[in-house]
Amino acid sequence: MVYVVIIFLWTAILLYVLLGGADFGAGIIELFTSPANRHRTRKNMYEAIGPVWEANHMWLIIVIVILFVGFPRIYTTVSIYLHIPLVCMLLGIIARGTAFVFRNYDAVKDDMQKIYTRIFILSSVLTPFFLGIIAASVVSSRIDLEANDFVSAYIYSWLNLFSVAVGVFTVTICAYLAAVFIIGQADDEYDRKRFTRKATHLIFVVMGAGALVFVAAAINHIPLLTWIFSDLPGIIAIVLATISLVIMFFFLNKNKPVMMRILAGFQVTMILFAATYSHFPDIVLLKGGQNLSLLADQGEQKTMEALGYALLIGSVFILPALAYLIYSFQKKTDTISDH
Amino acid sequence: MSTAHYFWLKKKETIYLDVTKAWSKGVAIFFATGAVSGTVLSFELGLLWPRFMEHAGPIFGMPFSLEGTAFFIEAIALGFYLYGWNRFNPWFHWLTGVMVGITGLLSGILVVAANSWMNSPSGFDFVNGQYLNIDPMKAMFNAAWFSQALHMCVAAFVSTGFAVAGVHALMILKGKNVAFHNKAFRIAAIFATVAACLQPLSGDISAKDVAVRQPAKLAAMEAHFHTEKGASLVIGGIPDTATQTVNYALKVPKLLSFMATNDFNAEIKGLDRFPKKDHPPVMVTHFAFQIMVGLGMAMLALSLLYFIALIKKKSWSDSKWLLKLFVLATPLGYLALEAGWTVTEVGRQPWIIYGVMRTADAVTPMPGIAYSFYLFTAVYISLAIIVSFLLFRQITMVGKLYDSSTDHKTQ
Repeated sequence: MVYVVIIFLWTAILLYVLLGGADFGAGIIELFTSPANRHRTRKNMYEAIGPVWEANHMWLIIVIVILFVGFPRIYTTVSIYLHIPLVCMLLGIIARGTAFVFRNYDAVKDDMQKIYTRIFILSSVLTPFFLGIIAASVVSSRIDLEANDFVSAYIYSWLNLFSVAVGVFTVTICAYLAAVFIIGQADDEYDRKRFTRKATHLIFVVMGAGALVFVAAAINHIPLLTWIFSDLPGIIAIVLATISLVIMFFFLNKNKPVMMRILAGFQVTMILFAATYSHFPDIVLLKGGQNLSLLADQGEQKTMEALGYALLIGSVFILPALAYLIYSFQKKTDTISDH
Repeated sequence: MSTAHYFWLKKKETIYLDVTKAWSKGVAIFFATGAVSGTVLSFELGLLWPRFMEHAGPIFGMPFSLEGTAFFIEAIALGFYLYGWNRFNPWFHWLTGVMVGITGLLSGILVVAANSWMNSPSGFDFVNGQYLNIDPMKAMFNAAWFSQALHMCVAAFVSTGFAVAGVHALMILKGKNVAFHNKAFRIAAIFATVAACLQPLSGDISAKDVAVRQPAKLAAMEAHFHTEKGASLVIGGIPDTATQTVNYALKVPKLLSFMATNDFNAEIKGLDRFPKKDHPPVMVTHFAFQIMVGLGMAMLALSLLYFIALIKKKSWSDSKWLLKLFVLATPLGYLALEAGWTVTEVGRQPWIIYGVMRTADAVTPMPGIAYSFYLFTAVYISLAIIVSFLLFRQITMVGKLYDSSTDHKTQ
């Protein structure tokens, strides 16, 4: 049963990165759009993202609930030592979610709109940045359970070149996902070309940020290269991601939005796979070579069983409904225009 | 919202559609704020109380996982509902709105079940500081879950009902979009008043339950310092912990014994039966309890007046004084709700898991946690202000946006 739980955990993380990532990316793209085009971009994005965005938080909540029910030691260690970046990320989530809704539901459209938009954009960048920092800190062996002063226990646990690089990388990934996603939403040729150009640029930005991560890892003595290239599945994942990137350029020129979305999703999946596979079952690497493991630090048998069944039953209800939600609004935006 | 929607689908009076749309905006604002604060909450449990979560997580996680499911379905249903006008079969669309309500209620029940476990820990054996033989199902259906969940669900209807009814009553008094606000007021007031009449019954169940499981909490609620038979009910007053007396209170002989046990002469344990270090803060608990019950009674009285107006005295329903009373009652439900939570949470102190773990032992070891607390308090206060601001703007714009009987067209 523990493997069922782990699969759910991994899938929920992946879906949060993909769907939530595209959602964050929407805000980031807005930042890098010229003021003249901003309004059009926004309209295209929120027709697609609007109905689904409420659900995106839920993936994160599922991740957290799985951790504290099934793997309480992992949950508590992370929340004690990464308190500060977690709080920063939460502030981002609060600011973003509320600003988005307020922008859409404020009955009076006045200067408040500008404030909402500014908050929305800023938090769209900060939230994935801190998400990346947290993900990196978990594997960078900087969490020191023996630390006895504030700075080394609660600051150096997450603040280093590598985690900052991963933070930047996460932000670029989100922007890339959103850019690919939005191509299919374009109303006309002008917008489509604009978004395609943006996506093409972002591919290079992502690759640049990826290179930065490797450089930072080398400087911080984190054996990132060894992790990824030491076993076959990791190598295959990276090779497949690279090949799909080449195919991506092909489809970008052909204008096949669905294929592009699948490919972008595939690439991110492969990156997450390569990043998590080599440590499995370890999930948090601590200073001094100790690790927290999904297998060794799992909860009691009965808890894991209850959790596994709860997740299975939940997904029977959730997945079809969610799929139908996404499907309905994808299809209908093409045929009906009721505005 | 779904009730108004139902009337629209059945009677085809546009005014019901207008009410539905206006309310759905409110639901959207509240849900979004609730969703983000819910996300934050799942993190905060660990950020603030890691030692508690380390042990409690695996035991009381069951309602949380199910609550996540219910919340997720609620989010999906709301997506369908808010964006689904004119896109689906009208009754399917209506059903998604009903689902929002049902799943919302369900998450409420499940979250309260998790909280009730802290009051009534079960589903594990606590041996030498170890938590053994964990049974998540037993933990979820602990002794307190039913009484607490019932009380909270009814409270949700009371507070929302009175808040909504009060706002619409105010608008009727101001003479703005009267037809629109009349319909809205009618629906909200019915929910509010029926719930307010049920609440004392549910409160009675809760009181009897607390008397058995958490006598120290009951003693603090009642500022009942000395164990006695035929204990009197203390109404109001200022408890003085130093002298163990209550000043300026109205005491009704034997009533406390009766309310807690159905027997006028039963013995009620006072705080003297518990070691001093296990006493909850009497002052806060007692005041909060008085506020909750007092407001509850006030709302009950108003509800009865409203029923008389509906059934016997039709002339009352149009009169201004009744509406004015409803305006005055706008915040009462929420105040009572918060007071109630203060009773159950402060009344459980010094324990975080009643009788098992002390709150002081559960808190994070990180120094400077107070700053985190100030920060989040500030965030929540500003959220509350912004939400009120938005709702205020929604309400003042009713004429323009929603009421299609005025000159402006609806969207």
